Amino acid sequence: MRKRSNWSIPYLIFLIIFVVLPLILILVYALQDSQGGFTLANITKFFTDKDALSTFAVSIEVALENTILCILIGYPAAWILSRKDYNKSAVTIVLFIMPMWINALMRTLATAQLFTILGMNLGKGTLLFGMVYDYLPFMIYPIYNVLSKMDKSYAEAAVDLGATPWRAFWKVTVPLSMPGVWSGVLMVFMPTVSTFAISEFLTNNKIKLFGTIIQENINSSMWNYGAALSLIMLIIIGISSLMSKDKEQAEGGLI
Amino acid sequence: MKKFFAKAYIWVLLIVMYAPLVFIAIFSFTQSRVLGNWDGFSTKLYENLLTGQMQGNASLIAAVENTLIIALVAAFVSMMLGTVAAIGIHNLKGRKKKAITFLNNVPMINPDIITGVSLFLLFVFLGFAQGYVSVILAHITFCTPYVVLSVMPKLQRMNPNIYEAALDLGATPSQAFWKVLVPELKSGMVSGFILAFTMSLDDFAVTFFTRGTIGLDTLSTYIYTDARKGGLTPELRPLMTLIFLVVLILLIVINLRQARQSKLNVKKY
Repeated sequence: MRKRSNWSIPYLIFLIIFVVLPLILILVYALQDSQGGFTLANITKFFTDKDALSTFAVSIEVALENTILCILIGYPAAWILSRKDYNKSAVTIVLFIMPMWINALMRTLATAQLFTILGMNLGKGTLLFGMVYDYLPFMIYPIYNVLSKMDKSYAEAAVDLGATPWRAFWKVTVPLSMPGVWSGVLMVFMPTVSTFAISEFLTNNKIKLFGTIIQENINSSMWNYGAALSLIMLIIIGISSLMSKDKEQAEGGLI
Repeated sequence: MKKFFAKAYIWVLLIVMYAPLVFIAIFSFTQSRVLGNWDGFSTKLYENLLTGQMQGNASLIAAVENTLIIALVAAFVSMMLGTVAAIGIHNLKGRKKKAITFLNNVPMINPDIITGVSLFLLFVFLGFAQGYVSVILAHITFCTPYVVLSVMPKLQRMNPNIYEAALDLGATPSQAFWKVLVPELKSGMVSGFILAFTMSLDDFAVTFFTRGTIGLDTLSTYIYTDARKGGLTPELRPLMTLIFLVVLILLIVINLRQARQSKLNVKKY
């Protein structure tokens, strides 16, 4: 018996060294003081650090607003793109997903420059606009994917059975497309909380997000506190991906 | 009427989405150092960029070279590692398969910053000097899962017996791999390579944390430092314009390839 399952062993070793061990190290560093002794001080520091707490609250707020705006703007776009009678060209879809493949930093900088030249005040408004601009494709694409693979006859059946098109849309199409919406939420919410650099560029350093304080701590050699903050973020990711686990089906591939 | 509104909505969105990119592209054709000032049409910035003659900004060229080298090496290694891994995973069953598939998903779910910080801690912990090699290893970490995901569907569609048949007919395992498996999986491997390549080009956070202090810059870390100093290097404008174009062309090619393949698949069955 030739065991080709053994071919996964090199990658398994690779994953253990470069994925599992680093995540364990976040936990280890988070629970250590600078001398290497065990401590919970880094965790408690976060809950007593007013700056960090307010940054955290602002990040969650911005991420929520961004996610909701992306759904409100992106869902109709995805729906229109998925309709053969409204959109025949595959190039339109490529145009919508193309920004996903361009460096976010570059796109953000271009937006920030445009804001400055239009004489707009960099602040909360431009931050949200820029974030929606950066993340909209990540919402449109998974929803589009689900909608275009969906069996249209369900909605047609609802209409045949006497539902108004509006009612059929809300009672049939929307519930069936929820897996796509959930993938979109996953791809927008956590990345927004964790961005750094982007929020600074869009607000001229006025508003910091959670990712920025992690970066600042790591860069000023406060590894243990930085690791503790990363651990808190990891816990949130764990919770949010567990919450959406049964709601989201695997939507293979990004292109 | 409804159709008109639907089309208008899509076009308004596209115009807003592309306004900043178009803006950069337009101002790549003027010589002004400050973005937004129009000094008349000129291709000077393109010439500077292509000949590498920039006033004191040779490091931009170095950053572009680093970005490309890192992306090529990382994408190639990811393609090989990911293909072999996908074959292995495909032949696993039950709990083992679930476990490794879960691990494969972790780098894709993790935000960049977590991947960056955790790998930074790994290199610190191992006492591994951070620089070119650590950045490439980090990029392989977040690129390989995408290769695995691109190759898997090809394996599921492949006839599992042809590899065995090659071995039975006297091929060595490496001949069977190169002559039978690779041709069958090639399109998935190419998609995976392109995905990995663009993911690597796109990356900022992971590179930022794993590049160490030896002054290694990729394009994104260069832009970050440049923007923090205030005032972007003007040659970045033509560079960004060229990158937009290349990505657009790549995506259209990939999509046409996929459309053609799905047509071919329909014909096959």
